[in-house]
Amino acid sequence: MTDITHLVELLTVLLLAVFVGFEVISKVPTTLHTPLMSATNAIHGIVLAGALLIVAAVFGADRGPLLGTLAVAAVTLGAINVFGGFAVTERMLQMFRRKEDRK
Amino acid sequence: MNVAIDIANLVAIALFIYGLHELNSPATARRGNRLAMLGMAIALTGIVLHTQGVGWQAAIIGVAIGAAVGVFAALKVKMTAMPQMVALYNGAGGGAAALISTVQYPIATQAGSMDGVVAVSLVLSAIIGAISFSGSIVAFLKLQELMTGRPVTYPGQQIVNALVLLSIAGLAIWFVATLGTMPAWGFAALLAAALLLGILFVLPIGGADMPVVISLLNSFTGIAVAITGFEVDSTLLIICGALVGASGTILTVAMSRAMNRPLTNVLFGAFGAAAGSEPAGGGAGGPQQVRSTGADDVGVMLAYANKVIFVPGYGMAVAQAQHSVKALADQLEKRGVKVLYAIHPVAGRMPGHMNVLLAEANVPYNQLLDMDDVNTEFPTADVALVIGANDVTNPAARTVASSPIYGMPILDVDKAANVVVLKRSMRSGFAGIENPLYELPNCSMLFGDAKASVEALTAAVKAL
Repeated sequence: MTDITHLVELLTVLLLAVFVGFEVISKVPTTLHTPLMSATNAIHGIVLAGALLIVAAVFGADRGPLLGTLAVAAVTLGAINVFGGFAVTERMLQMFRRKEDRK
Repeated sequence: MNVAIDIANLVAIALFIYGLHELNSPATARRGNRLAMLGMAIALTGIVLHTQGVGWQAAIIGVAIGAAVGVFAALKVKMTAMPQMVALYNGAGGGAAALISTVQYPIATQAGSMDGVVAVSLVLSAIIGAISFSGSIVAFLKLQELMTGRPVTYPGQQIVNALVLLSIAGLAIWFVATLGTMPAWGFAALLAAALLLGILFVLPIGGADMPVVISLLNSFTGIAVAITGFEVDSTLLIICGALVGASGTILTVAMSRAMNRPLTNVLFGAFGAAAGSEPAGGGAGGPQQVRSTGADDVGVMLAYANKVIFVPGYGMAVAQAQHSVKALADQLEKRGVKVLYAIHPVAGRMPGHMNVLLAEANVPYNQLLDMDDVNTEFPTADVALVIGANDVTNPAARTVASSPIYGMPILDVDKAANVVVLKRSMRSGFAGIENPLYELPNCSMLFGDAKASVEALTAAVKAL
């Protein structure tokens, strides 16, 4: 069903995002590597959005308890990724701020 | 409505990219994270609008459980356990990607929308997500010391891995060639094989290399999420996944480069497994002759020094000694001693692990020097105080060509006038090799828990 023009558009977007990722991230100093890894970890929690789409697809039509359970599990894992990821990053960065204020 | 959702996605993506940009500097890093959070909130709101609330009860149950577990764990965990928490959250993301594929498979088949593009993206995100999921869990277990941190090896390991990889490839090709009309057990076997590969691939990697692995798995999940974007036709997922995939790759390469070993060597070298059996120091192989010292002696040495360089390592993290270290530094600075911290890129278990711990203890970050900067400082330093670091100070990396860490850039602590090593015992570090540093005439050992030793030193300096 995928139309080729649309696929090429998506591939273009993918390629540009990869370049932006290299550019925006390669400048981060070692000091911030752990928070950076944690923050990017939280950002790929956007998979939660995909899980929510799947939940809508499963519960929009009656597709039985197995798919329903799997879809809810996907949402749960995605939410752990997003909320846990941002919370941990925030905790790490709080430490940097205290020092910032003092300086 | 669709335009509104597109605009929400656009704003969210801009916030993610700008947020990552703000993470470039400690001064703005916190705002960067906040912006990314805002972006996530906007993006998720857009998705909820897009689904028009279909299945909202199920979605709320999942989000509530996930958010409660994630936030609770993030707030309760000790700072030293952060690396494995990141590994767990990363695994959750990978697992979500694999589950999305698993659910999407029957839906797409029934709807008749399964074509080559959907089949390929579905199968790829399932494989990569599953590898990331099980690999992250093994990384977590290793770092949490619920299983051995040592490399786990057995005869024929590479062949087993190759066979698992081949069976994954075979099943994946079967799935794509039949556009998912193959029997359902084929997909189940594919998932099982991918989960197995994740476990097998992290098992032979030692604790010292875990930073590289977590970074790599983070990148894997990013890639899986980007591919999931093709599967559910979402530019949002494609862009965010690609951003993370790119960053994880950069970080992984930077880490391997810091260890002066190609990534393939980290992943397939089973580093340290064979090295434990042979003394790499080049000595007679007997017990090392070292000089043990007391806190009072070291206290005097530190108090009358002009320049002292602290070299923190994983031992400091384990003992939660960062606050005690800062207290010792304060005492010394009060006496006019210049205190610097030497940060090896792979000290601890994550890139920047030491920085985070020392920042928690309010150490000003201009005192934290990277390896290249601090190595020019050692020759003029009176004391190098090694606090629970081992392999990153091992001079064998410079001189002994047969050593498994030969060629790894190290902190030149032996160039300082005096070296004092705080260590629990003579056990070797993660790499499982002897450290000839301890036998040098300018080196002495202060045995004990890092925190207790540092506190004893602080007391000794105070008493002078």
